[in-house]
Amino acid sequence: MLSRNSARAAQRLVRAAAHQQPRAAARSYATIQSDIFKPTKFGSKYTVTLIPGDGIGTEVAESVKTIFKADNVPIDWEQIDVSGVDSGSPGSAEAAFRESVASLKRNKLGLKGILHTPISRSGHQSFNVAMRQELDIYASICLIKNIPGYETRHKDIDLCIIRENTEGEYSGLEHQSVPGVVESLKIITHAKSERIAKFAFSFALANGRKKVTCIHKANIMKLADGLFRNTCASVAKEYPTLEYNDMIVDNASMQCVSKPQQFDVLVMPNLYGGILSNIGAALVGGPGIVPGCNMGRDVAVFEPGCRHVGLDIKGKDQANPTALLLSGSMLLRHLGLDDHANRISKAVYDVIAEGKSRTRDMGGEATTHEFTRAILNKMETL
Amino acid sequence: MLAIRSVSAPMRRQCVRAAPRAAATLSFQNRRFYSDKVAKFTGQKDASGNFPVSIIEGDGIGPEISQAVKDIFAAAKSIERNKVALKGPLATPIGKGHVSLNLTLRRTFNLFANLRPCRSVAGYKTPYDGVDTVLIRENTEGEYSGIEHVVVDGVVQSIKLITREASERVLRFAFQHATEIGRKKVRVVHKATIMKMSDGLPHIEFDAELLDNTCLKMVTDPLPYNDKVLVMPNLYGDILSDMCAGLIGGLGLTPSGNIGDQCSIFEAVHGSAPDIAGQGKANPTALLLSSMMMLRHMGLNEYADRIERAAFDTLAEGKALTGDLGGKASTTDYAQAIISRL
Repeated sequence: MLSRNSARAAQRLVRAAAHQQPRAAARSYATIQSDIFKPTKFGSKYTVTLIPGDGIGTEVAESVKTIFKADNVPIDWEQIDVSGVDSGSPGSAEAAFRESVASLKRNKLGLKGILHTPISRSGHQSFNVAMRQELDIYASICLIKNIPGYETRHKDIDLCIIRENTEGEYSGLEHQSVPGVVESLKIITHAKSERIAKFAFSFALANGRKKVTCIHKANIMKLADGLFRNTCASVAKEYPTLEYNDMIVDNASMQCVSKPQQFDVLVMPNLYGGILSNIGAALVGGPGIVPGCNMGRDVAVFEPGCRHVGLDIKGKDQANPTALLLSGSMLLRHLGLDDHANRISKAVYDVIAEGKSRTRDMGGEATTHEFTRAILNKMETL
Repeated sequence: MLAIRSVSAPMRRQCVRAAPRAAATLSFQNRRFYSDKVAKFTGQKDASGNFPVSIIEGDGIGPEISQAVKDIFAAAKSIERNKVALKGPLATPIGKGHVSLNLTLRRTFNLFANLRPCRSVAGYKTPYDGVDTVLIRENTEGEYSGIEHVVVDGVVQSIKLITREASERVLRFAFQHATEIGRKKVRVVHKATIMKMSDGLPHIEFDAELLDNTCLKMVTDPLPYNDKVLVMPNLYGDILSDMCAGLIGGLGLTPSGNIGDQCSIFEAVHGSAPDIAGQGKANPTALLLSSMMMLRHMGLNEYADRIERAAFDTLAEGKALTGDLGGKASTTDYAQAIISRL
């Protein structure tokens, strides 16, 4: 599908490899267990792919780089500026996209902003979705938690949305059967449902959570969502210590805005994840503060949990880098660099809790730069 | 399970005439001309000057709350007539068995638009104040087309169907309704970044918003949506309308109308709550407000306004609230409180 530029990408790989040091050892799979996880590491530094993304991406990525550098985090960024915004030369966007996928395959680790998907350009798939499908990063995790000191309508929310990333409604299979009638296919497979269910349960177990809720619409889509629900239920039997229940998606969204405290870990197909992560983000203060990541068998890409591009505030120095910073700390924990992760996330939380420096989306006046500065100052005192 | 009762004129059951089979196919031959109003109420009064209305009581708490509404109607010396129906919830077993009866009714009578207004109720406190949203959901196609098949073992394909005809029809209804209730903006909610063809079909020049953004903004602050009518495909409408209900305190407070060209069914959208069936605990507000929508649909605005005011006043007073709103009143107590205000 996207193989047109693979030859060019391969050449670039060869060129890049020529002036790199020989690799220390063959790497194995990226999983959440750090003992078998060996990402690219030269000398004592890790190489991580950084894709700032569109909209506010450049500004918040700049903030992350500054803060990571100030903390002497042993990470070398391999920055690739992919853009989904129509630049007039689709070839170059495609090439940058290929390069980013190759880089992620090499480094196994990435920090990524959100890429814009134009609505009008039919036939061109969203780069975000293409990247997830290409790298098979099947599990999207979105952590929704109240930030201490920042008041919202609901309190004590701590939920985690785990979303199947590679099939469902986003399969991209659509056709016009006769003019004026369009069919869009939603695919649910047993294999992928089982994979995401197992991921959700082991995630819940590993992170000391108590309950897993499967979100579906099996009363209407009896076969497709029925398969997903039944698969989750059978996986649940392997985890008897965790509480399991299921809920219809419309009820879940209603419960989310009235009693969000009842949820712990939620597992669901693709589209419902998109809806619920947005509802969830709104509960705790917007897309600017919700971290997330996408996990696959080989590759892990960390990106804001609630995927908004923010084209409207691009370049205005108003963006909130919290989501990308917290996603970055998740990346550090993933690498086992817990000291760095704790210092950075504590500084972010403390600055927000103090309330003196907050970006506009959190009701403050600070610019992205001022907010970053405040975090840097806070880190010096920690 | 499907107990149909015609309140005033049992012989004239045009609306709920025998429906042996769900018309699973969408009727494309049914070409329409839009010079006339979409979904006009065409019912007529019977000999005694009343409009007969079919009542489908539904399962679980359905009969109880229907009884409450009937009592209230009798008190207000109103109405009824076929071509409109009032319906309680019908349970749908999950993941197996028959096609949802709710779905069957919608398909059989081609009830293409689902109208879901949500207004904050004074007297019942939620974290969100002043919510007043109007949502219109396409009811006949989209994700709920019911076309699903197993491709190979373990792989299921579910087809989402969007047609120009149905999209246009529901959009026309949205504009017409916006005019009727005096709102200035119609906003289409979609996910055309991902589903480019199917969600992009209605070529609209007016306001459109991505589903994700709508969810996000509505939960953050629902007030900007008070001047808009939102229109969207089936599944999104289902999820968003229930979410709005959550903003104001649950499905016990939100009415719903399924509007079609031949007839319309007004219903409470909450589940059938078999756990509290027969205990006199159910909250009839949703069904009552649905019936107010029905009265307005039939042009009986005067009655609708009176009953609605009585209901909202009772809720605001907070003396006779049902269990779900934190009160102790039974279904009949609550109905009596409203009747005494009439």
